[in-house]
Amino acid sequence: MLRLFLAGLAILCACLTANAQEGGLQPILQEHQEIIAKSSRKTIGPAIEAIASSGLPQAQVMLETWAAKNVWMRKSDGLFFAGKKGEGRSYELTDFDTGEIVGTFEKSDLKQLKPNSGIRAMIGTALVQFQLTDPDRAKRLAALTSIQRDPEGALLEPLRASIDEEPDADLKAQKQRLERLLTIGYDEDTAARVAAIEEMSDDLGVDVRAALNPLVVTRLQTATDLPSDVNIAGVLQPGSDDLSRDAAYDLLVASDLAAPRVSADDIRAALAANIDGGRVGGVPVAQLNSDAARAQAYAALAEAGTVPALITQTDIDAALGAHVFFETYAEPSGEVTAAAEKALEQIELKVGLNQTLDLTLDAISLASIYFLAAIGLAITFGVMGVINMAHGEFIMMGAYTGYVVQQFIPDHTLSIIVAIPMAFAVTFAMGVAMERLVIRWLYSRPLETLLATFGISIALQQLAKNIFGTQARPLTAPGWLDGAWVLNDVVSISYIRIAIFVLAMIFLGLFLYIMKRTRLGLEMRAVTQNPRMAGSMGINPGRVNMLTFGLGSGIAGIAGVAIGLFAKVTSDLGSDYIVQSFMTVVVGGVGNIWGALAGAGMIGFLQKGIEWMNPSNTLAAQTYMIIFIIIFIQFRPRGIIALKGRAAGD
Amino acid sequence: MERSFVAKNPSVLVFLAILSLFTLGVTVLSEGFGIGVISTSFVKTLGKTLCLCLIAVAMDLVWGFTGILSLGHFAFFGLGGYMIGMWLMYERTRLIVVESLSQAEIPPTSSEVVDAIGTQIFGVVGSSEFPLIWAFSDSLFLQLALVVLVPGLLALIFGWLAFRSRVTGVYLSILTQAMTLALALYLFQNDSGLRGNNGLSGLQNLPGVTASQDVVSVWFLWASAFALGLGYMLAAWVVSGKFGSVIRGIRDNEARVRFLGYSVEVYKLAVFTLTACIAAIAGALYYPQAGIINPEEMAPIASIYLAVWVAIGGRGRLYGAVIGAAFVSLLSTWFTGGQAPDIPLGFYTIKWVDWWQVLLGVSFVLVTLFAPQGIGGLFDLWTNRRAPQRHGAALGPDESALREKEATE
Repeated sequence: MLRLFLAGLAILCACLTANAQEGGLQPILQEHQEIIAKSSRKTIGPAIEAIASSGLPQAQVMLETWAAKNVWMRKSDGLFFAGKKGEGRSYELTDFDTGEIVGTFEKSDLKQLKPNSGIRAMIGTALVQFQLTDPDRAKRLAALTSIQRDPEGALLEPLRASIDEEPDADLKAQKQRLERLLTIGYDEDTAARVAAIEEMSDDLGVDVRAALNPLVVTRLQTATDLPSDVNIAGVLQPGSDDLSRDAAYDLLVASDLAAPRVSADDIRAALAANIDGGRVGGVPVAQLNSDAARAQAYAALAEAGTVPALITQTDIDAALGAHVFFETYAEPSGEVTAAAEKALEQIELKVGLNQTLDLTLDAISLASIYFLAAIGLAITFGVMGVINMAHGEFIMMGAYTGYVVQQFIPDHTLSIIVAIPMAFAVTFAMGVAMERLVIRWLYSRPLETLLATFGISIALQQLAKNIFGTQARPLTAPGWLDGAWVLNDVVSISYIRIAIFVLAMIFLGLFLYIMKRTRLGLEMRAVTQNPRMAGSMGINPGRVNMLTFGLGSGIAGIAGVAIGLFAKVTSDLGSDYIVQSFMTVVVGGVGNIWGALAGAGMIGFLQKGIEWMNPSNTLAAQTYMIIFIIIFIQFRPRGIIALKGRAAGD
Repeated sequence: MERSFVAKNPSVLVFLAILSLFTLGVTVLSEGFGIGVISTSFVKTLGKTLCLCLIAVAMDLVWGFTGILSLGHFAFFGLGGYMIGMWLMYERTRLIVVESLSQAEIPPTSSEVVDAIGTQIFGVVGSSEFPLIWAFSDSLFLQLALVVLVPGLLALIFGWLAFRSRVTGVYLSILTQAMTLALALYLFQNDSGLRGNNGLSGLQNLPGVTASQDVVSVWFLWASAFALGLGYMLAAWVVSGKFGSVIRGIRDNEARVRFLGYSVEVYKLAVFTLTACIAAIAGALYYPQAGIINPEEMAPIASIYLAVWVAIGGRGRLYGAVIGAAFVSLLSTWFTGGQAPDIPLGFYTIKWVDWWQVLLGVSFVLVTLFAPQGIGGLFDLWTNRRAPQRHGAALGPDESALREKEATE
């Protein structure tokens, strides 16, 4: 039927106007009056074909009306009209050819054509040729999309015909591309297909691969001799890596070329079915609890002819030896399959390269998230040596601050701009309070700082749960951060991740500026190295420690806003990052911002690398990463970038 | 002159006496053996608490005496539970499978039985094959040995790696926490071979035992009390001799002990591994009472809670750890179980289910700040034990040395 349809369309294109029938659409409809009225998917084909190939401008209107279930048949003479609901139960009928209103009829005098979804799909396909040349750009685009979604050989000719007349450059390019893809799949001329394949072999698009892949689909077959009339991809030896002996024999069984094996379950069932006076084949039932006894009983049954004999290894060898196993392409043309294989290989290589690039981008993005989470810790832990287990909770507080700000400021861009300093202020205050009240008393007892800050951490987490509930709260990114920067079908990165990368870089700069160029930074470094000496130089160590801790906490708050933009804001948000953050600082090297950067980079790349090797399992990736870090610390206990000399402190 | 072990440690006798009295009391009041005042579920809670006390003793040994703040001992606890859980689950499933297969006309072969057990146990994670780690699960004896061997070996390897690269202090804590996280994340996978996040379940049913849970719970209480008593004595013995002096020395000034010629790493490794084994035994007794084990139990937070118990109870004294674990975990059960009365404030009602964690966190901070000796410090008032008067000066020249108010032993 498709071929007929194709032929019809070809004629249509050859002589679009010449073929126009003088009598209009109604005679064509009448010619197929019976099947149209019957409206069955199986028989409707010729009718749609005839309408579509009539070459009449009103054919499109008629098909659209039909698909919209607005075609009515007048029962008195069987003519078809476009119907429009009038007063009461009456309908106003319009002639397709003249466009004139024929009159108003009662519903009882009419029969509505109700095409089912199958028929509507066929009408849709027939309509595509009209839509491709439709003056409305949106309709042409819709037609292209529908062809992309559901490519068909019949659409190739109308598509080709529509390319030259396409006024829109963008659509024209799309049409040409689609024409190439359809050529690959459906053109009758092998040379044209090969040319199209070669032309598209440097294209990374998923659609190209989707067009090429069906061409190289192979099917495993078996026969006594290699047939000569099929496109053979290769001959397989049973027992090789590609085809195990079991699989080969199963194929023979499936092709009815060998007797099926008797499985353990079959044996069991056969034995159970042949129990005779507490014995099976002479073996008492109670003894049938071993494979050897069962085989003996089964052999006895087989000898008596009650069950089929077991297939022995010799039988299998003989059957495998007597047949050849080969893979055939569904595509009959060898040239096309060879070209497709070659093109796919080229594409795979390019895809591989691009995937590496994509993975690198992912890793950088993950690294910048870790860096952002760890940068505050690099100050409190790295510079001050205070271990703050509540650091994760500061991140969480930052995220919740962002959420609360959004409740008051509905504009997302403005709210984020407000939220960042707000988060800084909230967590800065919290950090200062915590330093004054708790940490100050524990500077000489680092392990107890760990425990005390952990106590604060569980209290803060539970407080967040009590205030905001356990469900995740949304922190919505502004609209201009939606979407992704798409390089091609393989490489893309979302704008939020780019923004986080930029933010991480800004913080790196800010941190360096504060530490190296400001009075506070100088005092911080002095107090960290030797608080007594710094004190005797007129620096107030207590005040500097307070500010340093506040700064580290405040940065954690801002990181929280950034993380909240892509992660769910829950009370557990911080604890998800705390171990990774500490790892980042420890691996990178304590007391050095470049160390934190290197640590974040290493952990980010490592995690993505492991995930790439085992993509189904991100949990395993984290496990292996932590194990790797534990081993790494064996070799560089002070981290990637270790402080040397007096700055190292010991 | 050599004094006897008991003479050096009078607290051990007191502890054992109290423990025996407690066990006897619970037995008399239990549903299984006594007058039934205490419900079976509460007997189980008490039995579990004893196991938690045991791991707290181990934690005190490693943290309070050796100064290694390990945030990984609950991982060993969980591993011990998994090891015994494997046998319990295998054996119970085997009994059920054999029972159901014996109804069939043809008696099952041994491989059919194993396959059926595999399907029963691993069906929930979409598999039916026994992973390699279940190789010994059919033998109670081997699985009991693995309870100690697997966590012990893990502690040995991890400790060796960590101590030989001189990772100390907070770094070591973070590293142990990372180890726990890695283990928990690994077990969360479905293909880890231990049923992923489903964990092992139905552990409260002892295979081949027909006695009711009322009776079994008391058995486990006895076993837990016995293990706690033994563990306490072992710990007291370890810390009372020369070994104990050395590990306390390591806690107070590791470098100095090293310069005195002791192999600090070996001592630390010995304590770390020993406590890991004790923790594993505690876990192996705990999870059959809890009935279910899953990787959630091994999350780093559990190990940190362990440190909280020991800190609240009082570090550096074994009874302090026991008191802390019993007090905090029972209080936690009481508060989170919804039994504590709500406090209406007029404008807001404090529900303890919601606020207990906040209270715990804050009281933990307060204990760390103001009462570093924890609850155990109260006993000092009674025994008139006083710190030397040094007018606030540190005991040693190093910053990490104990301050005067902490120095008690």
